[in-house]
Amino acid sequence: MQRVRLTFLDRLIKEPVVYQLGKKFDIVTNIRRADIQEGIGWVILELEGDDAEIDRGLEWARTVGVRVDPALGDLVEP
Amino acid sequence: MTHVTSLRCKECSREYPVGAFNVCEFCFGPLEVRYDLDAIKAAVSRESIAAGPNSLWRYAEFLPADHNPDVDINAGFTPLIRSKGLADKLGLEELWIKNDSVNPSYSFKDRVVAVASAKALELGFDTLACASTGNLACAVAAHAARGNMKAYVFIPSDLEAGKVLGAAIYGPTMIAIDGTYDDVNRLCSELADTYPWAFVNINIRPFYADGSKTLGFEVAEQLGWRAPAHVVAPSASGAMFTKIYQGFNEFAYTGLIGKVETKMHCVQARGCSPIATAYEEGRLIIRPVRANTIAKSLGIGNPADGYYALKVIEASGGSAVIAEEHEVAEGIKLLAEADGIFTEGAGGVAVAGLRRLVARGTIKPDEPTVLYITGNGLKTTEVVADVVHPIHIEATVAAFQDAIGARA
Repeated sequence: MQRVRLTFLDRLIKEPVVYQLGKKFDIVTNIRRADIQEGIGWVILELEGDDAEIDRGLEWARTVGVRVDPALGDLVEP
Repeated sequence: MTHVTSLRCKECSREYPVGAFNVCEFCFGPLEVRYDLDAIKAAVSRESIAAGPNSLWRYAEFLPADHNPDVDINAGFTPLIRSKGLADKLGLEELWIKNDSVNPSYSFKDRVVAVASAKALELGFDTLACASTGNLACAVAAHAARGNMKAYVFIPSDLEAGKVLGAAIYGPTMIAIDGTYDDVNRLCSELADTYPWAFVNINIRPFYADGSKTLGFEVAEQLGWRAPAHVVAPSASGAMFTKIYQGFNEFAYTGLIGKVETKMHCVQARGCSPIATAYEEGRLIIRPVRANTIAKSLGIGNPADGYYALKVIEASGGSAVIAEEHEVAEGIKLLAEADGIFTEGAGGVAVAGLRRLVARGTIKPDEPTVLYITGNGLKTTEVVADVVHPIHIEATVAAFQDAIGARA
């Protein structure tokens, strides 16, 4: 299981990225929180599935322009 | 004794019993510590606090852990200095510098780790852990050493070894992880779920964060029991910034100071400014960035408390400012030359932000202002290495006098 925050900009807000993540890959997506505004939006997702499959799915999301981050912010602190 | 009542989700307000977890099971929102502020109000007075230890534990009634001398390295109660040189240069009548660079491991991180480590012992942990490239690693390793606890410090493998010397000296187990920054983040999240350790900024984070409230408490007490008109503070995750404001407000609620009218100003460097950029664009959504700033101790591109920092700015009538990268070293040098305080990059960013706030008229000359300096310059000497240019002379008095252009 992974918890991630996807950040979308501009055109991607209108794209069904979360749907495609579950359709293209063997991943169960569960939206826990989200906020979409003009020009920017984010979704906090719970992802269930094989670790390697989740990695592939998130890599695909990055390639289409979605920013993928840890759900609760960076854990590596200066 | 503590006056903690529960942990509560900052997003959906669900309550949880006190324990080592930081995430709401329902909405994945961050948890924060809730207190019985009325019980605190009944328990404290200016006199009782003033009679307490010269450390952050003088505010123990407001903290989520009891004071434990076994793990205490005397963090906090650092000097609040009335600026002369910088105040004169900027035309400010009442500028104060909170010099938190003189904590035991030389940064404000000792405050958060002091509370986290005391709470970790209370909760039965024997191991402290963190993922850090700098100040946090030092604070964790130092407290673990004092508390006879095991310590694990995770660092990216491409980090220069010298960067973590300040942590390594305390003898933690240091793990260098091959992979990207994201890989390190993810591994630490998995380890925090797997090992029975107190990962200070993960499963202990609600308690850890509240250590920074003491930066608000101390300033209010040291100013003679009042909050300033302006706070100027550097920000990375946004947690410290929000907790300073919470500290002022808890003091006001409990009657120790009057109404808080402090405007909170957050400063970030151009190379990592997700909070300040959102502020400038007039939105409350943080767009994460890849950190690329000379102010390494502010290098958090995906700030956990960025949204809450923006809310504090909004609630207080404050602002956010971006310091250009070239201003970082300038700010460090200015503070050193003007007031005799040698700070790291984050301090240079704060000084640069203060200059901008004064220049744009946000801070008026007669308004009491506190500048937070959160880390020590000796940790990042490479940023200002160009200041070293001695005058070379022969070993004679005449050569000396020729060099400085003055004869006795």
